[in-house]
Amino acid sequence: MAGNGSWALRESYLYDRNVIAEIQRAAQEGIYDIRGFGAKRRVPHFDDLLLLGASISRYPLEGYRERCDTNVTLGTRFAKKPLELRIPITIAGMSFGALSAPAKEALGRGATEMGTSTTTGDGGMTPEEREHSKLLVYQLLPSRYGMNPDDLRKADAIEVVVGQGAKPGGGGMLLGHKISDRVAEMRNLPKGIDQRSASRHPDWTGPDDLEIKIGELREITDWEKPIFVKVGATRTYYDVQLAVKAGADVIVVDGMQGGTAATQDVFIEHVGIPTLPAVRIAADALQELDLHRQVQLIVSGGIRTGADVAKALALGADAVSIGTAALIAMGDNDPHRDEEYRAIGSAAGFYDDWQAGLDPAGISTQDDELAARFDPILGGRRIANYLRVLTLEAQTLARACGKSHVHNLEPEDLVALTVEAAAMAKVPLAGTDWIPGANGHE
Amino acid sequence: MATEAREATGVEVVDLAVTPLRDLNQRLHDAAREGGPAHWRIVNPNGAHAVAAGLDAQIEVDVDGHVGYYCAGMNKLATVRVHGNASTGLAENIMSGRVLVHGNASQSAGATGRGGLVVVYGDASARCGISMKGVDIVVRGNVGHLSAFMAQTGRLLVCGHAGDALGDSIYEARLYVRGEVGSLGADCVEKEFREEHVDEVRTLLADAGIDDVHPEDFRRYGSARKLYNFSIDNASAY
Repeated sequence: MAGNGSWALRESYLYDRNVIAEIQRAAQEGIYDIRGFGAKRRVPHFDDLLLLGASISRYPLEGYRERCDTNVTLGTRFAKKPLELRIPITIAGMSFGALSAPAKEALGRGATEMGTSTTTGDGGMTPEEREHSKLLVYQLLPSRYGMNPDDLRKADAIEVVVGQGAKPGGGGMLLGHKISDRVAEMRNLPKGIDQRSASRHPDWTGPDDLEIKIGELREITDWEKPIFVKVGATRTYYDVQLAVKAGADVIVVDGMQGGTAATQDVFIEHVGIPTLPAVRIAADALQELDLHRQVQLIVSGGIRTGADVAKALALGADAVSIGTAALIAMGDNDPHRDEEYRAIGSAAGFYDDWQAGLDPAGISTQDDELAARFDPILGGRRIANYLRVLTLEAQTLARACGKSHVHNLEPEDLVALTVEAAAMAKVPLAGTDWIPGANGHE
Repeated sequence: MATEAREATGVEVVDLAVTPLRDLNQRLHDAAREGGPAHWRIVNPNGAHAVAAGLDAQIEVDVDGHVGYYCAGMNKLATVRVHGNASTGLAENIMSGRVLVHGNASQSAGATGRGGLVVVYGDASARCGISMKGVDIVVRGNVGHLSAFMAQTGRLLVCGHAGDALGDSIYEARLYVRGEVGSLGADCVEKEFREEHVDEVRTLLADAGIDDVHPEDFRRYGSARKLYNFSIDNASAY
């Protein structure tokens, strides 16, 4: 030991410091850990894929001279008024309640500036959100908080939420300290209670009922609105095909890395499949029905960069959705606030207590004083900037692959760095022609 | 349209055996926006889903026959009378107006309703008033299990019996049952039935046009409010 000091200490892989801390916390508090954010464990992801740029057999497009379009139309199957987006990146559903009103406004402002849509959440539609979002998707969730036919008709699309990637099979959760007067009123709940949303819809169960439910929503809105069905990625192949059968215009598949405002840690880390296999399975399910590109596919869960966008599109998505990354773009986990994060027992780069309502950045809070720190105009500009960068990055990669539209990216443009990613994305391991599982067990 | 007729009384008649549901609902919606007949009669519904869904006008709609799911869904202002049975999700998310069923209703009648009045003159099945948010529901007969599950606000009045797990995880809704309750759900308890509650029951019965039931015969149930904030000591109740 002499001379080696702490270098001689060996931390257990099985019982690392984080595991020890959680066991001791559980023993002390007697309740599971509830937190926000998404899965923190490493799972195969888009980082494990690489794009094959142009070569002798394929020629690239000039980066600054030749067009690479990014527009996407959602809801072409049945809706009278499909959603026309300028970029294939949308803002995912996040509730007023989970987020402050100015944060919701900023998401709308940024999305509108870039010609894309934003989405309500488990708490209804706020006037600020509607006013500042040119294209707004209205979620129909099991709780039906704030649900009303007027907002349904004001929406540009309707998203029937069956589940989300962070907690497929779980309901929403908003702890008492975030149930302000306004949130309580919108949700018809007493102030300050721990709100537990249902995990199942109150008036339908199963795919046959879903078809009838979608029919009702279409009748109420005179068949104008595109109807999305959102599922957490689990049995993705069957979910996609059943949602198509039920009459969805658009399928939203949220991988296990998808974020949440509040859920049990054990749920976030241990339920669902990663986004990488989910996108490929969903696209395959649509192709099998000969409805790929006719029923649009939106994929979410861990989209951070233009590379993630390009790879998701190459695997068959029509668009992607961002949630966690949008909050970070607005200032969540900003290192300049490190001291403030430390004052509430966290640190910049680690903050995930979005359920607590103490967010020093004023984003995941209902505290008026904290929320007032957040400037929705500046926040909107940051969202627009971030969306612009994601789009430019995706275009850069698409042009390098010789594509005049980002939707022309295809699985053949991809290789995998790991055997796992190759099997999940169904693309060859780099340097080989091996797609594990493509031919049974070979 | 050739398939429709205006009765001598001024009632607009729509025959769903020959008129597509889409045409019917579009006409009802247009009537709300642009004015039109104040009284409609729908014949041959034959179990169609979403009949008269999304109405938003002070019109009266009589449906002669059985309807499928989500009849009068998200209703505002209108009065819809079903002279038959109604399937799942009758008047789901009703905002205002009245939906009256002269027959039985299937699961989730009045689910998530935020206002207005739903009356079932027969029995209502499971989950009647699930997640209700302000609606008043009156059932002349019995209700099935898990009725008023997660009921937030509003009133459910049952003249007959209630099935198991009544009011499970209830919030602030008020439940009145005249007959027996199979069992009470988590955090639902019997509460004192005071004079103001008798008055409330009397008013609900009068609104529903039920005059052969005594308001004094009911018992009141509501939330014990013990599960409003998570406590590990209550874990077995969840």
